[in-house]
Formats: sequence, structure tokens, C-alpha cells
Amino acid sequence: MSERFVTRGFVGKRQDSGAAASRIPPGQHLVKDFPVLSAGPTPRTDLRTWSFRIEGLVKEPAQWTWDEFGKLPAQEFVKDISCVTKWTKLDTRWRGVSADVLLEHVELDGRARFVVAFSDGGYTTNLPLPDVINGQAFVAYEYDGKPLAPEHGGPARLVVPHLYFWKSAKWVRGLRLIERDEPGFWESLGYNNHGDPWKEERYSGD
Amino acid sequence: MKRTLEWQIATVKAIRQETANVKTLTLALLKWVPHRPGQHYDIRLTAEDGYSAQRSYSIGSEPERHGEIDITVERIRDGEVSPFLDDVVVVGDRFEVRGPIGGYFVWEASDGGPLLLVAGGSGIVPLMAMARHRAAVGATVPARLLYSSRSFDDIIYRADLDTLAKRDGLQVFHTLTRSQPEGWQGFARRIDDRMVAEVNKPFGPKAQVFICGPTALVETAADAAEAAGVAAERIKTERFGPTGA
Repeated sequence: MSERFVTRGFVGKRQDSGAAASRIPPGQHLVKDFPVLSAGPTPRTDLRTWSFRIEGLVKEPAQWTWDEFGKLPAQEFVKDISCVTKWTKLDTRWRGVSADVLLEHVELDGRARFVVAFSDGGYTTNLPLPDVINGQAFVAYEYDGKPLAPEHGGPARLVVPHLYFWKSAKWVRGLRLIERDEPGFWESLGYNNHGDPWKEERYSGD
Repeated sequence: MKRTLEWQIATVKAIRQETANVKTLTLALLKWVPHRPGQHYDIRLTAEDGYSAQRSYSIGSEPERHGEIDITVERIRDGEVSPFLDDVVVVGDRFEVRGPIGGYFVWEASDGGPLLLVAGGSGIVPLMAMARHRAAVGATVPARLLYSSRSFDDIIYRADLDTLAKRDGLQVFHTLTRSQPEGWQGFARRIDDRMVAEVNKPFGPKAQVFICGPTALVETAADAAEAAGVAAERIKTERFGPTGA
């Protein structure tokens, strides 16, 4: 339907300042709190056995223990995030390691085109490699100056702020480089394969 | 499934007050398709000047009811969409919807059981679709519902739950966290490990668990179900937060 259908009597609550409004993708609204959404119980991983791995189409896989991961060059990231359930949160503050830093530790096979992030609990999500590099994705272990809480994906989660937040896999344990795209968990269940909030790529076929 | 979800116009066919701040809207859909119990619809409201807002609402009705769906809306203070649906919308009004959406937090009778449903507040809505579906198809899958509400008057679908209990063998366990009427026989505290273990006792690790409610309740109930021996893959969760505003 291209013509918008006007709803009788609906006025809505506009965002007051134009600056903030211009940062809210279509169909989204601002929240101040940080809603939690996950499909099952929150996994609790012992940091002594936690590891992060880059595997698949790489010459040699790379792997870090929790202590080793903590020693990688970290950065602070301040990003706006949008969840497909319609909320957007501005200026979220994270600390973690850029995917660029992680990928420096492997030699990519020329066939690598896509990335699958995999997590404790079996969650996966797929991303085109160009959406993961050049400062667009990071693995976060702190939120707002504190260790990332388990319900928000701690000890560590992927954050890909320019895509809907289901792409920011909680409890992430690694990235797998692949040649042909493979839909992940939500991508197999009717959600969009790419998930750009500015294009409203919410569901399959959007 | 590459089907594009098209927007369509829904017509409000009936409005029912469930509790002081919760209403059910029955929406008639020309392009109705059967949903899977647990799924939701997106709603898009558009103002005269083109400004629009979207929200997701779970379907509370069973897919055996053709041509229409129920959505149940809790009024969120300072919300944008729920006060509009509560105050302004009358029977005959029309707005855009698309769905059904969501393929994980769903249960159909063919999925079997036993079924443990755990809800807090308006988290009952998608679980009600499952319970009504179970009754509509005459499934004999054992099913138990543990439902947390603030007070007796805050219990959404109270009469319908009584009917499902009496007629269709759904075993309903209420807990009232803030106040209880005189002579209350049910639980009277927040959902905790012991309560989940007690309600799930006859099912043990075989239970298929669906939990929907505020984050703290979902976290507690999911951990408790795991502690009761249910494998994580059999525990499905959905959160109801301020996202429904």
C-alpha cells in the first residue's frame, strides 16, 4: 500500500527536538530504559571456560580466552540502537573490541563473503562481511561503565548498531566466515535477512 | 518463506473491557490468514500530517476463529499508541495492520506437550491464544497455566480462564502479588523457583514451557524451569516491556 491510510483521531506524540527525531528510523519510537528480549533462558557461561573464536574461511582460526580477550585493544563506542520490536535507544555507551581488530588476527580466504555470529544457547545470526568491517561492528563486554549483564548478553555480545538489534548476538562466542549466505535463527523464522532499520527491513520480503 | 507481509486495513468489530486498564479489540480482516498461536501483528497508526507510529500486539484469539483476531491492549501511562487504542478507538474504526509475525514463540496442538504456560500481567495474551487453540481443537495435551497478576481485579481473561479450566481441562494456578481477596486460595507472592517447581511437578523435564511477561518474571521462571530439569531448548520466552507503549 503506497498511500498512507490516515487513522481517525490519531495525533501521536512527536519527538520534540528535531535533532533527536532525525536519529529515529521509520516506525521506531524512543525509549529511555533498555528492554530485554530473548527467545529462551539466559545462558550463564563460566569465564574460565569462555572463549571467542574466529573460524571458517580463514587460513588459521584464532581463539582467545576471557583473559586474552580482555587484553585486546578496546575502545569506547557510543551508538544509537534500534530493535525490530520498534524501540530505539540513543547514545548507548559500550566498551569492547572492534571486529576489525579481531579480524586482523586471521588471514581471510578470498571466498569469505558472509559472517555467522554464534552464541551460547545455540543462537546464530548472519551478516554480509561488508556490514561487519570498517568500524561497524564490535564485541562488547561493558555497558554504561559496568560489566555487561547476562540478560543483555554478557559476558560479551556482538554489537552491530546500524542493523536491527537481533543482529547484535547476545552471549556471542565467535564469528564464522562463510562463502554462501546462511540464514540465522530469526532470519529463518520470518525476519529479514539483512535488517537495516532505515529501510525498515523488518520481516522477510520487506 | 519469502512471503511479503502486506499492510491491510483492519476494522474494529468489537471492544471488550478486560480489566480497568486492559481492553480487547476484535479486528475484522479481509485478508485474514490463520496464525500460529503465540504470533503477533504489527499495527500502524497514521496522523493527518503523515506522522505514523507502529507497535506489535500479540494475538489473543485462536486461529480457528476465521476472519478476525483479538488483540488485547494494556494502557501504558504516557504511552503513544495504547492510550489512543484505549480512549479514542470505537467500533467501526479502521487502521493498518500486518501479520501474523513470529515463528518461534508458537505452539500448535500437533507440537504436543505437556504444556506449561507461565505469564505475568498482559504476558497472558499469546499464551491465551495457545490455550484457546488447545480447547478449540479438543486437544487432550495436559496443560497448566501459572499466571501472576497484581490483584484479583487485574486478572485478564478471568472468566474465560475459568471456562477453559472447567470445560477444557486447562489447570490454572493464579498468584496475586499485591493484594488478595478474603479467603484467597491461590498463591500470594511473586513467581519463584518453588512455585514453578510445584506447578510443573507432574510434568517434570518433559514439559514444553512458554513464558511471557516482564523481564524479571521471565528470567526467574526460565531459570526455575531449567532447575526443574527442563532442557533450555524446551523453554521459550517472550518479554512484555514498555515496548508495547
